[in-house]
Amino acid sequence: MADTQRPLSPHLQIYKRQVQMMTSIVHRATGIALAVGSLLVVGGLLHLAAGEDSFNHFKRIIGSPLGMVLLIGWSWSLFFHLCNGIRHLIQDAGLGYGIPQFVRSSWLSIAGSIVLTVLVWAYVMTAGGAA
Amino acid sequence: MSAKETVVKDRRHPLKIARGLGSSQSGVGHWWSQRVTAAALVLLGVWFVITVLCLLHADYATAHAAVAKPWNALLLIAFVLTMFWHAVLGLQVVIEDYVHTRWKEVALLVAIKFLAVLGALASVLAVLRIALTP
Repeated sequence: MADTQRPLSPHLQIYKRQVQMMTSIVHRATGIALAVGSLLVVGGLLHLAAGEDSFNHFKRIIGSPLGMVLLIGWSWSLFFHLCNGIRHLIQDAGLGYGIPQFVRSSWLSIAGSIVLTVLVWAYVMTAGGAA
Repeated sequence: MSAKETVVKDRRHPLKIARGLGSSQSGVGHWWSQRVTAAALVLLGVWFVITVLCLLHADYATAHAAVAKPWNALLLIAFVLTMFWHAVLGLQVVIEDYVHTRWKEVALLVAIKFLAVLGALASVLAVLRIALTP
């Protein structure tokens, strides 16, 4: 902790659970997850640049059960960070600051991210699985 | 050290000492860069997801040819650079908020920048290699 004598704001457990609180925390968490996931993009490009064997090896890794779990997690993280990021950009423009609007847009971000993730994976599954 | 002692030692007005410290010069720059890269990533991110979905089950030759297309190569490089830039800005804020030991904070801030630059350069080199080799 910073060595300050100033009064501190109450800790998290003092507050009632609110959806805006969750979207804020999850926005950061998905941001960190996506930063780690960016290594997958680098990995994919490097394997594609390295030749056919290397690319097929990469496809086998991301098509494995663990690879699929990570891909589903990262795709939901991406869609949540995207939906909630758009919400933040709108709020940065000074819109949607009423408490009911704040709560509604939080739920919209959550619903939007789930719908997009389900749509993408429904497409992937009907097309015969990843990779 | 109290403000009074500082003034006696420095013989400067407290405002003179405070000015230029903290985020007074660079804070808005960080905020704006984060928003501009976010807006770019809304477009580039959606394009990236669609492009990857179109390449589902693609073999090596198809994937290689797709990335080698000028527009795809250009947008991929733009996506990767913006992604790492935005990631550094975001991780920087998280580190500054939660890491309270100064040397660990600085070490992490430098480490994420090193890693991001390496990741961005490796991605750009890979795209260029794919795009420029027939």
